[in-house]
Amino acid sequence: MTPNVVPQPSFPDQRSLDHRSPARSGATRPKAILSPIRQRDVNGTPKVWLKNISLSYRVDNGTRLLALDNINLKVKPGEFLCIVGPSGCGKSTLLHLIAGLHQPSSGSLLVDDHKVGAPGTDRILIFQELGLFPWLKVGENVEFGMKMKGLSKAEREERVQYYLRLVHLSQFKDSYTHQLSGGMRQRVALARALATEPDVLLMDEPFAALDAQTRDLLHDELERIWAETGRTVIFVTHNVREAVRLGDRVAVLTFRPGRLKREYSVDLPRPRHLEDVTVAKSAREILDDLREEINKSLEEQYGLEAAR
Amino acid sequence: MKRLGKHAIFYAALLGSWSLLAALKIWPPYLFPTPKGVMEALYAGFQDHSFWIAIVVSMRRVVIGYAISVVAGTVLGLGVASNEFLEETMGGLLVSLQSLPSICWWPLALLWFGLNQNAILFVVFMGSLLSVTMAMEDGRKQMPKIYAMAGRNLGAHGFRLFWYVLLPASLPFIVSGLKQGWAFAWRSLITAEMLYMSLGLGQVLMMGRELNDMSQVIAVMILIIAIGYVVDGLVFKTIERRLQHQWGLTSAT
Repeated sequence: MTPNVVPQPSFPDQRSLDHRSPARSGATRPKAILSPIRQRDVNGTPKVWLKNISLSYRVDNGTRLLALDNINLKVKPGEFLCIVGPSGCGKSTLLHLIAGLHQPSSGSLLVDDHKVGAPGTDRILIFQELGLFPWLKVGENVEFGMKMKGLSKAEREERVQYYLRLVHLSQFKDSYTHQLSGGMRQRVALARALATEPDVLLMDEPFAALDAQTRDLLHDELERIWAETGRTVIFVTHNVREAVRLGDRVAVLTFRPGRLKREYSVDLPRPRHLEDVTVAKSAREILDDLREEINKSLEEQYGLEAAR
Repeated sequence: MKRLGKHAIFYAALLGSWSLLAALKIWPPYLFPTPKGVMEALYAGFQDHSFWIAIVVSMRRVVIGYAISVVAGTVLGLGVASNEFLEETMGGLLVSLQSLPSICWWPLALLWFGLNQNAILFVVFMGSLLSVTMAMEDGRKQMPKIYAMAGRNLGAHGFRLFWYVLLPASLPFIVSGLKQGWAFAWRSLITAEMLYMSLGLGQVLMMGRELNDMSQVIAVMILIIAIGYVVDGLVFKTIERRLQHQWGLTSAT
């Protein structure tokens, strides 16, 4: 067990990705947005605190299924936390819960030490299916959360421009989402989430359906944007190597019911790459730990006597 | 162009055989009018403004009645879709009520509202209410849940969630129902106007009957068809095309 998180390495300046990010040189950051919140470990208050959270729901035949079992998890401000687990372990449910879209059956969710139970624009979830609005143009999608927040038209315009540039989609402002590729849609969802300026960004297997090249590129961009904005990120994936590549910390969930099995702090320098030997090695370690849970999930799904 | 040619041939043949039949004089002209007579009746009707007035009056009635039914149908449909009890009970009633021609409400409407415009509006309202209600109910159920969740996640709730997310998200599923509702509203209106003499296209049509002027009857029939066609083509086709463009449905089909 390694419950303590190793302090963040300072990395933004070591990056070698600048040639790909016109946002650094081109975009002028509008005032009052994106002030980097690097309040890591300021007073030790967790940004998000899951306190003895359990969640069960009724399935078709009337019995109750325990999806999450007594989860205790603290996420520090500015931390990049990855949650891994086999499919069906309740990872997505956990994110929906943090987003306020589900209520826990017991336990409580604290954000900045305040109990919350409803959706709020301080925590924005990027859904696995994205949930972009097809009746709105790309720019209008990005604008949506700000409109709901009641920002002025001028302010919204400014931010739409800024965030579209941040994800390299400025020229697609007036396109409809179905006209974009999968990777581009993914970036629209990211811009839409960032534009509401959430403290916490929740990402539910966002890159699972993408090809390897696009995914690599988006890893780089996400790392860059995270570094630039200093948001807290909680990132759910079933891909351990992706988790190690991105996270400061990796939490492993068990299969049904979802319990917190173990936490690893990832103490590798950034920027990282998926192919780094160190990343592969750490991933291997976690994967061995996860194997048992994956086998349980496979047995359940396919009735196999496991791929042992 | 090819399509246009086909249409031209078809309608030329239709008009030709009509003229031919009329020219044979098997039936007297007051029973079987000539195309020329109908054209003259159309011209005369517009010339003395009686058709214009009838169109304006009828359109006003149908728009008012339809608008009320869209609002009420939306509330009713969403209510039924969101409540299990209502869905199981009222859902079935709505389906069975749909087999009732709305003109059957006419006697009740007369008693409730008196012999005036409101009685007509009521029949129009009942004509399209069920289609709209069922379209809304269907649309609400078919709409992918992800949009509602995404909307709430981005800070929309209550009326704003409905107006900015739920309504546009279900529009592709309800537009055909709205269209059907319009068609029912239009038919109900004409029927009611034929029963109750007070301006409107239905009344002009019945006037042709009183005067034994079949040219006028057919002229009004053509008007009724044309208006229905124009509204369908201008309003609903435009909405559908826009939706298909936005949602990217054209490339998929």
